[in-house]
Amino acid sequence: MASNASANVIRTGSGSRFIIYLLLIFFCLYYLLPLYVMVVNSLKPLSEIQAGGMMALPSEWTVSPWFSAWSTAQIGVEATGLRPYFINSIMMVVPAVAVSTVLGALNGYVLTKWRFKGDTIVFGLLLFGCFIPFQMVLIPMARMLGLMGLAGTVPGLIFVHLVYGIGFSTLYFRNYYQQFPTELVRAAMIDGAGFFTIFRRIMLPSSGPIAVVCIIWQFTNIWNDFLFGASFSDFDSQPMTVALNNLVQSSTGVKEYNVHFAGAIMAALPTLLVYIIAGRYFVRGLMAGSVKG
Amino acid sequence: MTSADRTRNGNDWLRDALPKIVLSPSFAIVVIFVYGFILFTFVLSFTDSRILPSFGFVGWQNYERLFRVRAWDIAVNNLLIFGSLYIIICCALGLALAILLDQKIRAEGFIRTIYLYPMALSFIVTGTAWKWFLDPGIGLQAVVRGWGWESFTFEWIKDSDMAIYTIVIAAVWQTSGFVMAMFLAGLRGIDNEVLKAAQIDGASNWALYRRIVIPQLRPAFMSAFVVLAHMAIKSYDLVIALTGGGPGTATELPATFMYSYTFTRNQMGIGAASATIMLMSIAAIMIPYIWSELREKK
Repeated sequence: MASNASANVIRTGSGSRFIIYLLLIFFCLYYLLPLYVMVVNSLKPLSEIQAGGMMALPSEWTVSPWFSAWSTAQIGVEATGLRPYFINSIMMVVPAVAVSTVLGALNGYVLTKWRFKGDTIVFGLLLFGCFIPFQMVLIPMARMLGLMGLAGTVPGLIFVHLVYGIGFSTLYFRNYYQQFPTELVRAAMIDGAGFFTIFRRIMLPSSGPIAVVCIIWQFTNIWNDFLFGASFSDFDSQPMTVALNNLVQSSTGVKEYNVHFAGAIMAALPTLLVYIIAGRYFVRGLMAGSVKG
Repeated sequence: MTSADRTRNGNDWLRDALPKIVLSPSFAIVVIFVYGFILFTFVLSFTDSRILPSFGFVGWQNYERLFRVRAWDIAVNNLLIFGSLYIIICCALGLALAILLDQKIRAEGFIRTIYLYPMALSFIVTGTAWKWFLDPGIGLQAVVRGWGWESFTFEWIKDSDMAIYTIVIAAVWQTSGFVMAMFLAGLRGIDNEVLKAAQIDGASNWALYRRIVIPQLRPAFMSAFVVLAHMAIKSYDLVIALTGGGPGTATELPATFMYSYTFTRNQMGIGAASATIMLMSIAAIMIPYIWSELREKK
């Protein structure tokens, strides 16, 4: 995204500037409202929420909803809390992100620096795969995971995310490497450098930013996925999103809203932290995945 | 030919083929798991599959039945309502916020960060937060009543006629900041010289935006439309978390319909037919877009 330097030449009077700031602050509050609701209600006893105090700060502060959500809340049939599912999500995300990023980098390198007849079509096919409604692959994928012996397991989910993550990671690296001077690659070729040498010595050292973009994008997407998690996991391999949904939707017993909110924050925290630390790269990824690369 | 020559030819061959060899696993994966699977589901939509895939062909029967099922009718109608409101409101709000933020605002980066953070959240988290915030028993309605406005009523989430609009509310909250960022990038790409010239001619700010700036944002509108339409068609998680498709079937969308018909009602043939229709509608939006992007870049 462009910086302030290129802001427009339009001038506004001080009266309208006041209104502009007022509107901007109002929308800040609008976007922050659900986060505020989640945070304050995760820190108050259930009775305060039930008494209609959702918007108020806790009159009695407590962290017990957090402990409950983490380690004792009833998820499905077992009272394990969200912890095992949080671990499932981490076990699923790390390998899926790593492998799809490496494959994306190699693919992008081939598609821009070792072009061949029909490479645009290959890229087009990869790209369209990013946007298909995954409902179209649920049935055969369920069969395939069964045949591979991965049905209902974390490795099965890793595999699924890897398969459908390749398109986006290839898109990022391809668009990035397209800007990379091909002359450098040519010169290295003439000097006798091979395919992997050029990749390792010339492409990789300058791939830092796009690698960050790709990793953040894949991490956010895979962590936040619900459809694949709900379709292909068993009780003991559910990712965080599925477990959170089970926690919130469970129809037995009293609805512990404060525990639900604490759980929701737990599910949001990893991607939120990444966003706060490296938001610039996240936004770049979003834009590259939608607007021109 | 000496053996040294042969080795060199072998090396040449390897060197020429290596890039393709590196690309081929990804290509094979996509051919099988995207296009092969699409074909498989497409074929299933013409079969009598119920709880498991089976291959007794029944022609167009699944599609005929699909269009007679009331639940599908509701799902498609809901998608039209949800999709059009979602796209229109996101674009209007996104454009307005982008224009406001483009007035040399102090702390612009900070405000942008706040507007965009919902995009980093899972729809399940968003759904959970809004589900309880909109719940009449404990959420907004209870709070406003507690403040003294005893007759205040806001029960959309429990009302079959209004529940679909709560999905719009939550979805707009999640995505509008992203649309803002797309328009802001577009605004920053506009040539200031034209604006200066028009300003000298005495054009008001309103006229500048209406006549010069907004028409130049066409590409940003295009991208926003494609992204939002494609997200609307795929919407699944948010509905599940926010309303679970209810009350009754009031907020079913094609994505939730497909899932329940395939996996809980054991009507796999009909489920496959509905997935095929979802794919066709997304393809109708995405293929021209991808095509034009790829051609432009050559």
